[in-house]
Amino acid sequence: MDIPLLPQQASSFAVEVDAIYFVLWALTIFFSLAVMAVMLGLAYRYRRGSNVDRSRPVHADLRVELLWTGIPLLLGLAVFAWSAKLYARTRIPPPDAMQIYVIGKRWMWQVQHSNGVRENAELHLPVGKNVLLTMISQDVIHSFFVPAFRVKHDVLPGAYTRLWFRPTRVGKYRLFCSQYCGTQHSQMDGWVTVMEPDDFERWLANEGEKTATTQMNMVDAGKAIYDRMACGSCHATRDAETSAPRQRGGSLYGLYGSLVKLKGGGTVRADEDYLRESIMRPNARIVEGYWPIMPSYEGQLTEEQTLQVIAYLKSLGSAGGEEGPAKSASAASVAARGARP
Amino acid sequence: MSAEIAHAPALHHEHLSHQFEDIEQQRESYVVGMWAFLVTEIMFFGAVFLAYTVYRVLHHAAFYEAHKQLDIGLGTINTFVLLASSFTMALAVRCAQVRSRRGQVVFLGATLSLAGGFLVIKAVEYSHKFAHHLFPGQAFHYPDAAIADQARLFYSLYFGATGLHAIHVIAGMLVIGAMLVRALFDRDAKQDYMPVEMTGLYWHFVDIVWIFLFPLLYLIPK
Amino acid sequence: MTASNEPAAVPLSEAHLESVAPHADRAPSYLSAGHTLRSWLLTQDHKRIAVLYLISISLFFVIGGLAAGAVRVELIKPRGTFMSSELYNRMFTLHGVVMIFFFLIPAIPAILGNFLVPLMVGARDLAFPRLNLLSWYLYSAGGLLAITAALTGGVDTGWTFYTPYSTFYSNSQVTMTIAGAFIAGFSSIATGINFIVTIHKMRAPGLTWFRLPLFIWAHYATSIIIVLGTPVVAITLLLVVAERVAHIGVFDPRYGGDPVLFQHLFWFYSHPAVYIMILPAMGVISEVISCFARKRVFGYHFVAGSSMAIAVLGFLVWGHHMFVSGQSMYAGMVFSFLSFLVAIPSAVKVFNWTATIYKGSVSFDAPMLFAFCFIGLFLIGGLTGLFLASLATDVHLTHTYFVVAHFHYVMVGGAISAYFAGLHFWWPKITGRMYPEGPARLTAVILFMGFHLTFLPQFVMGFVGMPRRYHYYPPEFQTMHILSTAGATVMAVAYLLPVVYLLWSLRYGKRATANPWGATGLEWTVPSPPPTHNFDTVPVVTGEPYGYDEADAPLPVTDSVVSATMQATGGKTPGGTA
Repeated sequence: MDIPLLPQQASSFAVEVDAIYFVLWALTIFFSLAVMAVMLGLAYRYRRGSNVDRSRPVHADLRVELLWTGIPLLLGLAVFAWSAKLYARTRIPPPDAMQIYVIGKRWMWQVQHSNGVRENAELHLPVGKNVLLTMISQDVIHSFFVPAFRVKHDVLPGAYTRLWFRPTRVGKYRLFCSQYCGTQHSQMDGWVTVMEPDDFERWLANEGEKTATTQMNMVDAGKAIYDRMACGSCHATRDAETSAPRQRGGSLYGLYGSLVKLKGGGTVRADEDYLRESIMRPNARIVEGYWPIMPSYEGQLTEEQTLQVIAYLKSLGSAGGEEGPAKSASAASVAARGARP
Repeated sequence: MSAEIAHAPALHHEHLSHQFEDIEQQRESYVVGMWAFLVTEIMFFGAVFLAYTVYRVLHHAAFYEAHKQLDIGLGTINTFVLLASSFTMALAVRCAQVRSRRGQVVFLGATLSLAGGFLVIKAVEYSHKFAHHLFPGQAFHYPDAAIADQARLFYSLYFGATGLHAIHVIAGMLVIGAMLVRALFDRDAKQDYMPVEMTGLYWHFVDIVWIFLFPLLYLIPK
Repeated sequence: MTASNEPAAVPLSEAHLESVAPHADRAPSYLSAGHTLRSWLLTQDHKRIAVLYLISISLFFVIGGLAAGAVRVELIKPRGTFMSSELYNRMFTLHGVVMIFFFLIPAIPAILGNFLVPLMVGARDLAFPRLNLLSWYLYSAGGLLAITAALTGGVDTGWTFYTPYSTFYSNSQVTMTIAGAFIAGFSSIATGINFIVTIHKMRAPGLTWFRLPLFIWAHYATSIIIVLGTPVVAITLLLVVAERVAHIGVFDPRYGGDPVLFQHLFWFYSHPAVYIMILPAMGVISEVISCFARKRVFGYHFVAGSSMAIAVLGFLVWGHHMFVSGQSMYAGMVFSFLSFLVAIPSAVKVFNWTATIYKGSVSFDAPMLFAFCFIGLFLIGGLTGLFLASLATDVHLTHTYFVVAHFHYVMVGGAISAYFAGLHFWWPKITGRMYPEGPARLTAVILFMGFHLTFLPQFVMGFVGMPRRYHYYPPEFQTMHILSTAGATVMAVAYLLPVVYLLWSLRYGKRATANPWGATGLEWTVPSPPPTHNFDTVPVVTGEPYGYDEADAPLPVTDSVVSATMQATGGKTPGGTA
């Protein structure tokens, strides 16, 4: 039977994470063996009854203390700096990353590509392309973990978390939920399939036709919900209407990624978390010049529908329907906030 | 050190527990032990204060709105009631030190009544909150639906913090009551004053917690 | 007690200890001071309370160990051998809750610390004996609640009680289990306060801070952590219960609460709790190595100071449990940096222990073998901690078996080896009997090997990606799981052997002298087992701790004031007989 001793290296982070990992093992093995060897060696040499020189025993020596405080400290700080630098790279997604939405629920991963294709417990990706996952949980805390990519991040209820990586090798890799989430926690696993870009495009197109429920892409699905919920009776979505003062709600046009002035002072960047909060708990932060009259949509929209509405709102840029201004703003806001406040 | 012990008044030894060498050591141990205990209490409330601070920063506007339902008048009265009880407690400790049995009984009794008064006022406040469905249980209902969730959080922390404090007040009253009974039966006024002094330390702590709770909960700036 | 007034009248210079002969039972020992159940259950003697703790903690160790065994057997096959997932989740939670709250946290402080702190500082008892007894009752009550919870449905949240799983989703005995842990927390606080006051105020004349045994320093640092940390987890767990029962919503995202706040508050205690387990263990190791190398601990001030440094830094690193939980990137960097710093004082201790052996006179009795065992396992446990302090590697390794292996190396490999070292070292003092040397040495060797066999494969599995708390697992991990279970069987032998021979020794062991190891320290100046009030006259300390060099040198019989540490070294041969 195949007994893996090392995980596959299938992302751009894997090689460097492994380098730090093996340097740490080298230090661990060196120090453990060295200390044990010296200790047992000394214990044997100075065993009771052995005839060795025990005159002038030493009980303290400041220089030695400083030496064995200093050397491990310097080694440790070097590893810290190296690792922290790599970590910063893993936390700040590149602006061109392909957006995919992940919903964790007991005990299943749901994935939605931006063209509307959905997958359960599976994730198909093109090789060599930066991928940014925006994740949320429908119930308890989960954790999205792909060992071959060396990435992992908790998936929280009520707030988006993000994870990015670049698959570097075609293949099929295990996906786990690594944060204990209840009875069938260990069955909340799945597969990540990394394909050649052409294969991936073909897959994406074919899957879209196969699944009736996913005929619409995420933006269109979001627009459908937007219309069904009659959001437009208070909010404007087109440029011409932005200046209309009779709107009860603020204009959503070009909102995503912009700075919003709040009632009572202060500003907030209109990122995905802010949009979600404004839908679920509209009055948590009121925009300047408006009244707290919007009802909460908590419980009326599923996490998936919320993501679709947000995808629609993100598309309402000045570029006209495309993710024009949204893209760079997304990266900027994610970078600015790290993962989550 | 030995000389001091040898000349120490014989009276001291009556209160000396077997594990201590002399009465000074025993008293100092009481004090250090009591302070260590108060440190644990501070950490205990500290976590609640931390949670409260985090959420107040996150949901400032809603907390401001929600806190308006609190009765600042009753809160202020309660603050003065508790401050007064701290004063009478300090006098009780003084009386214990100078071995005035009468003074002890009077001031411990006064402290006990003030503490009881605090609880009564608190109970009135609580009953109003229950009546208005502001207790964050199943029946919770906040008039302004838009900030109901944050208001619920505010009242969770309000009831959590003041409830814990009230439990400490009750515990304090039990100890003060025990001290009162002890003083009543202490006909020769010979008892060690340290238990009363330690009770005083604890009571001042309970008072100080309220001194922090009152402005944090009742006086939120806009 | 009239006896307590005596030293006041006696000039302290005369209160020396020269007349302590081997088993000179002038006062009846604490064990023979009453044989009724009542005399035990209402005792205020710290030594008897230590024995009560020894019995009850051992029972919980058995329960936690059986749960561990069940988990290991279940994991032999990728889809389980005999449990449902519900039961498996309850089993690993039971193992975690019992081992952490009812074994590892109290083991060394409540048993060895309770017994030894007053003896080592030259006091008749802890400062507050009734509080001490109360702490045992609290511990027992908390333990009974936890066991009741386990028997009436169990709890399936893991010992970490993460919200919102624990507050809303779990249909198990969360409330009762938390109540148990909550009550046990107060027993811990009571012990901590007692130690702090005793160490501050009840040291014998001449026993200055830097003459204290390192065991005392370790317990002082531990007590500070207990006093500062335990209340925070207590209130946090209380909020979880309030949320379950009254739906108040402090950690519930549905009401605007933040589940990550729970993790911050939880780890603010639970990371330092690791040091509650390991610091007393380090204190034991300092005593044992010094005694069996017959040499003063090298760099005494650094070893003492490192305990305090660990206590302080230990409070600043909790965030390293949350690098992937959604805390900000910059917070992660600060916590990572501080976590690398907290590793340094532990390293300093290990280096100083090694240097202690240089030019010593080493004997390889069982306590010393357990101490070597500790160092060997703790080195790996501590160094693998760096993998998890380092950000990029932690992202991959956290939530996997790598973490499981790491903390077992520290908490089981480290803390339990040291607990065994201490238990054997002070067994003659506690019971008045010698344990049999052969089986004890064998146990140390079996423990060391069984431990590696159990947990080394888990490092490999973790790196490959095996998540923890998995009932079903991918088949490629089976070989490693089988190795691990095999190792656990070996460890079980190492845990059962001492039960057999230590119980045997109570009846058939050789009678111990006051000081069978020729050790320094005030606890060895009184008979084995000690009399109820420990010291007939207050000891006076005039010298440094660990005066083995002076003790082993030809004694100059000149001083009228005799150093307690010098006097203590009656027999120089280990395992001296009656």
